[in-house]
Amino acid sequence: MHLHKFEKIWLVFGMGSLALFLVIIGFAAFWKGTHPQSHIEIIDPENVEAHESFKPENLGLREVAEGKYIVNIVASAFNYDFGTDTDGKPVKKIRVPKGSTVLFQITTKDVVHGFQVAGTNVNMMVEPGHVSRLETEMKNVGEFTVVCNEYCGIGHHQMFATVEVYE
Amino acid sequence: MMNPLKIAKKDARLYMSFMYVTFAALLVGGLMGLLQTLARSGKFTLPFGINYYTILTVHGVILGLVLTTFFIIGFQFALMGKTVGISDKQRKTGWWSFWLMLAGTVMAAITILVGQANVLYTFYAPLRAHPAFYIGLALVIVGSWVAVFTNFHQLYVWKKANKGQKSPLLAFMVVINMAMWFIASLGVAASVLIQFIPWSLGYAETINVLLSRTLFWYFGHPLVYFWLLPAYMAWYAIIPKIIGGKLFSDSLARMSFILLLMFSIPVGFHHQLTEPGIDPTWKFIQVVLTFMVVIPTLMTAFSIFATFETTGRRKGHKGLFGWFKHLPWKDVRFLAPFIGMVAFIPGGAGGIVNASHQMNSLIHNTIWVTGHFHLTVATTVILTYFGIAYWLVPHLTGRRLTPRLNKLGIIQAIIWTVGMTIMSTAMHIQGLLGGPRRSNFSNYAGGEQVQTWIGYQAAQAIGGTILFIGIVLMVYIFIQLAFFAPKGVEEFPIAEEEVDAEPTPKVLENWYLWIGITIALILFAYTIPVFDILKHSPPGSVPFDWPIGRQ
Amino acid sequence: MAKPTKQQTEPQHNPSINLKGTLIAVMLLGVFILATWFGCYYLFLSR
Repeated sequence: MHLHKFEKIWLVFGMGSLALFLVIIGFAAFWKGTHPQSHIEIIDPENVEAHESFKPENLGLREVAEGKYIVNIVASAFNYDFGTDTDGKPVKKIRVPKGSTVLFQITTKDVVHGFQVAGTNVNMMVEPGHVSRLETEMKNVGEFTVVCNEYCGIGHHQMFATVEVYE
Repeated sequence: MMNPLKIAKKDARLYMSFMYVTFAALLVGGLMGLLQTLARSGKFTLPFGINYYTILTVHGVILGLVLTTFFIIGFQFALMGKTVGISDKQRKTGWWSFWLMLAGTVMAAITILVGQANVLYTFYAPLRAHPAFYIGLALVIVGSWVAVFTNFHQLYVWKKANKGQKSPLLAFMVVINMAMWFIASLGVAASVLIQFIPWSLGYAETINVLLSRTLFWYFGHPLVYFWLLPAYMAWYAIIPKIIGGKLFSDSLARMSFILLLMFSIPVGFHHQLTEPGIDPTWKFIQVVLTFMVVIPTLMTAFSIFATFETTGRRKGHKGLFGWFKHLPWKDVRFLAPFIGMVAFIPGGAGGIVNASHQMNSLIHNTIWVTGHFHLTVATTVILTYFGIAYWLVPHLTGRRLTPRLNKLGIIQAIIWTVGMTIMSTAMHIQGLLGGPRRSNFSNYAGGEQVQTWIGYQAAQAIGGTILFIGIVLMVYIFIQLAFFAPKGVEEFPIAEEEVDAEPTPKVLENWYLWIGITIALILFAYTIPVFDILKHSPPGSVPFDWPIGRQ
Repeated sequence: MAKPTKQQTEPQHNPSINLKGTLIAVMLLGVFILATWFGCYYLFLSR
């Protein structure tokens, strides 16, 4: 099969670009550990409370070390359960300082949900029977809306919360 | 190359039946799209208490599955009939495929419209639709398989009658696309028949959600290539004729189709990059395979430009881009697909971003993705289909594409371009700002961030309205071409090879080899991760009816 | 820039062909892909 000289140049350039992309994301994934979330940890969706992280008293934001936080959340149609505050009201907003490292852990009791802290790289599918987990550094100050970005039923667009990152 | 055959009236009737459904689907699905963009702008509420997610499901199923599959199968039947011929028996099985698909479509459509299947076209277990939805979709797939084997048989019969000759290029391409479709749809068929139907009927108590999603996306990505390949057929083998040129290279065209067959299927994980239950190494392996499928498209891009340039230079147009200036811009059979090609530049570039492993979290399930496939399928693919319809429909109905209809077609293509540029650009930007897809209008927490989304949603409603005008115009043109345009002869353009073209290597038609490699790649990409999914599967999920408004 | 005369001496099964315009067009396309990808990658890193 005959290839025109220019086509060879183009294919080398094109395939070279693709290889470059793969090297960059591959390096970041395998050496820096920035894979998309994949922990393959399973859970009984009808009994999520049996898991230490998703006991009602362990839900919500917790500082585990200086500048290190864990947030545990249980999703269900159409709500994110961040636990309750001292007055017993459901928490809808969490606040963390800029530059802190936050580990989000979330599972669902019913259908598939999404969990995206819009404007950040925290973007996970939440599937029944699985634990979704992603650790990230909150680099930018602001009020970020948490949206359910995977269709979960008629109230899908009313499922949200807020993450505030302060100076 | 063999001389193309004549299409008999009784054959034309079969091919046209697929076209009627295509354009009816365009109107219905397009109307749903309009309603969606209006509802999401927050300025309108849907009348009669219609659920936003019902119209979203209709839009996706009717345009993504029905319009595309009917157009493709009808077009491919016409290509086969034109290049290798169709026997009475084959025409009969062709009709079987049509009626099975139509019955399935009607069944699924009614189930959705009465609100019993608001599960979107990607199914979303453990949301449960009425069994009729799944059974209807299964019928559509089975009907398409009848077409698959009819097409295989058509080429087989031709090959036997023309021993030692290479198959006509377009027939070869159709068979590649159908082989890919068949191999891929086995996944969704398995999921529907083994998982969804028994579970929705209550025979199985639970469903393995991750497995159902994996089987769906095993099918879901080749599905988009199933849409794209007929457009490539037109770009490689029909557009050159329309612009007065020849095939750039028969071998390269075949080679790129073979690569598309091999690399379209083992790549479904790139739709599941942010899912929790799949090993990241296997995700990355499928990302690499996804990047491989870009290569035939790079080849296609070169081939298209080269066809244009060669043709222009042969006509005596000078300068670096003289050939470009003199392309037949006033011929809608060229202009509409050309705009489609242009849209594939940002569409393809965006696709590479989407598939880039961890970078997927930048845009996953944001409305950027919706913007992306409205460039690829709803512009590149659909404008090429329109470009085909402008000559195929009058050719089949014994009418002509008149200068007036040609002009209306050009206006249609421009309306589409304007509407889609507005809508898709707004979607891409809003997606990067974090706005979700598949969501009704919402103020969410009412924060500043959400306020930045609303303007883009208004822009999408404007773009969507313009697009709907384009749809109405297209349906009008279709009706004219099908029933009212003056009688006459419209050409079925098929490009020929250069007289002294290099012979096509025989190995390119070694089906055992290419299908063997395809299956080997699929086994490589899926065996271990699917085994892992089964081994590490959590307790299954019981069905959920109420979150989607089913009683 | 390549010399147009060189085109003629190249062994070709396909006669003619000056494809300089094509090369420039696809290279522009390639640059567009690179720009899009690195733009998005930058955005990804900054978040």
